[in-house]
Amino acid sequence: MGTGSHSNQVYADCVDLSAVENASKQNSNNDPSIVVAKQNNALQIFALDDAAARLGLEVGLPLANARAICPQLRVFDADEVSDAKTLNDIADWCDRFTPLVALDLPHGLFLDITGCAHLFGGEAAMMRLMCEVLTAQGFAVSAAIAGTSVCARTITRHVHGRIVRDGEEADAVKPLPVSALGADEAITRGLRRAGLKTIGDVASRVRHEITARFGADFTTLLEHALGQGDAPICPRKLLPDYIVEKRFADPVATEVVISATLSRLARMLVVAMAQQGKGARRLEARFFRTDGAVRTIVVDTGQPATTAEVIDRLFRERLSALSDPLDPGFGFDLIRLSASRTEIVVQQQRDLDANVHDNDELAALIDRIAARIGGRRVVVHLPQDTHIPERAVLAAPAQHHLTAATHAVWPARVEGEPPLRPLRLFERPEQIKVIAQVPDGPPARFVWRRATHAVVRAEGPERVAMEWWLSEGEMLTRDYFRVEDEAGLRFWLYRDGLYDREIEQEEGKAVQPNWFMHGLFA
Amino acid sequence: MTTLATLRGSIERIEAHGDACTPGRVALGHADADATLQGGLVVGAMHEVFTDAGRQSAAATGFVAGLAGRVAARRPLVWVRQDFTEIESGALSMSGLAELGLDPRLLVTVRAADVDTALRTAADALACDALGAVVLEVWGEARQLDLVASRKLTLAAQASGVTGLLLRLAAEPQPSTAETRWIVRAAHSPPASSLMPAAAWSAWGAPVFDAQLVRNRHGPVGRWIMEWKCDECLFSKPAAYPQPVAAAPAHRPHQTPARARQRRAS
Repeated sequence: MGTGSHSNQVYADCVDLSAVENASKQNSNNDPSIVVAKQNNALQIFALDDAAARLGLEVGLPLANARAICPQLRVFDADEVSDAKTLNDIADWCDRFTPLVALDLPHGLFLDITGCAHLFGGEAAMMRLMCEVLTAQGFAVSAAIAGTSVCARTITRHVHGRIVRDGEEADAVKPLPVSALGADEAITRGLRRAGLKTIGDVASRVRHEITARFGADFTTLLEHALGQGDAPICPRKLLPDYIVEKRFADPVATEVVISATLSRLARMLVVAMAQQGKGARRLEARFFRTDGAVRTIVVDTGQPATTAEVIDRLFRERLSALSDPLDPGFGFDLIRLSASRTEIVVQQQRDLDANVHDNDELAALIDRIAARIGGRRVVVHLPQDTHIPERAVLAAPAQHHLTAATHAVWPARVEGEPPLRPLRLFERPEQIKVIAQVPDGPPARFVWRRATHAVVRAEGPERVAMEWWLSEGEMLTRDYFRVEDEAGLRFWLYRDGLYDREIEQEEGKAVQPNWFMHGLFA
Repeated sequence: MTTLATLRGSIERIEAHGDACTPGRVALGHADADATLQGGLVVGAMHEVFTDAGRQSAAATGFVAGLAGRVAARRPLVWVRQDFTEIESGALSMSGLAELGLDPRLLVTVRAADVDTALRTAADALACDALGAVVLEVWGEARQLDLVASRKLTLAAQASGVTGLLLRLAAEPQPSTAETRWIVRAAHSPPASSLMPAAAWSAWGAPVFDAQLVRNRHGPVGRWIMEWKCDECLFSKPAAYPQPVAAAPAHRPHQTPARARQRRAS
């Protein structure tokens, strides 16, 4: 078997697609069934079941020919979206074998099992286990293990369950037909016409001849299949920095066991991280259900989490606030906790400065609230360099911007002045009806939300010009007025557009400017 | 050994008891109100501020911001609000808050989707003793804010010493365990007088509240006109307001009878 340094790839070709699966379920009297898809403006067979294969049908045959061979054929349309979803679900399930799982659309998966196989009793046992479960779920599986991903994929196209030892890739693929390489249809046809039937035939030719005729890409593919060099697989998820997991012989379903397991995993994770002086910024708990469903729960932290208690508490908050609670079904057989983003922990000296401690506690509180209701809902405020009132402040997630916010520089207020900006600001200014004595003067009365307010005092205008250099649509200059009505309520109103200049005249008649309510003063 | 432990225990109990008897108070700055409150607002308790109408929400927000600024004393402030209040009466503006003399750098806003979430978050925040104050802003009648919820908040506030301020917009007061309950409306800016000409635009615009203390667990109630001094960060008696201010309700349409009586008496 492969040694530690040698990388091994499994290629699992889950040929049976959901559409075929659905077909066989509906199919009571075992009529041959096929799935068709439109290719080159013609319906062709996309996938087929065993009964159809026995009749001599094959993938790529036009539907009309297939119907001529077998009139009682049951035909289903291919559903690529649900196929892709099914493949993703299978990939999720395969995460239990290795964190490095790559999709090979339309229906293949690469698993990098380097250093993982011994956990499942060796490569052969691992592959058997995987294929058994997938077959039991109703998928037709073809798998192989080889030193390079392309080699493994080439073999699965022809034989199932083969394990190629290190250095034997070339011997393994040479007898296979050229179609197993999975190159373009044109290339395969060209090779066949040239009399090169097997991969061995092609490999025996001088490389530059092949390159000149079929292109460099094909030569590379061939070399990879022969075990000379390897194309790296592209895993669906980044490899987390730290992973700890717990497998159960008997699936667990009770909340007590699940939370106890999470606590234990958190302790293990913290020990692993502490050895390298790291703390977790993003944690991921994955719950693998016995029926194949996988649930992932992610928790972010503002400060690197270094204690098991903190991690444990964050997950408890998160789990208790899930809108669709964790459904154990028939139980989880694997719970995994990983730190997908970590940071080096800077050890701060604890002294008499209570501020440091206070900031830590505030950050911990923010993390807890964010874990429960989401990071975007806990915000701090950063001043922005603009005159436009609604853009003057940016609400940023507190977990990531707490330090920036505490050191932000806000424009200083003018001593002795009453507030010039309202305490409550409408995100969307509300249009109001205004009666003003002169069109560009302060309002005398206005109607806001169906109530009439008589203006007792008014102050303004404060003219705010829009940022023309950003030029995102035409925005008019605003004249802001601070007004107080007879009940003592103080408002912030503005007139949109300069009268007689920005507001166009229609047929010689002046158009009344629009007024908006933008905020309320205390 | 056991004797020592018992003694220590009893001393601890006495000390804790003593603390509970004389809780910290923060003066508001308004002399009459502070006298009625026996020194000021109790720290580590719940205080409720109500508005009866939605359009008064900015006044109540200003009052709560003022209270929070007084009790928080340069410590972080967590403002928990329900999504709906932002639609109905606008979002809390940081520029406006800075204009009131408060520090936006110390504010963390929690945007809770509903009352349940807001309540739970506020209870959590109240348990964190690094904070200066926690504001919970809720719109309308909320059946979740019953006596049990109120008691929970009060206990959390007592345990940590963090002051909780409950801002209820467009809601009717309900039984609760709050230390004080206020009904706040906006008051007129000081009217023009011979001393202060009407044309002076800077003579108005400072936040003036008609604050009615309708419940006080440990003292009498009252009603005052309070002005928030943005520069000094405290409440005060508005100087230019016609006397008497403390007793007369601000919404009384005409204050002439009161003044006439005063003249007769003098």
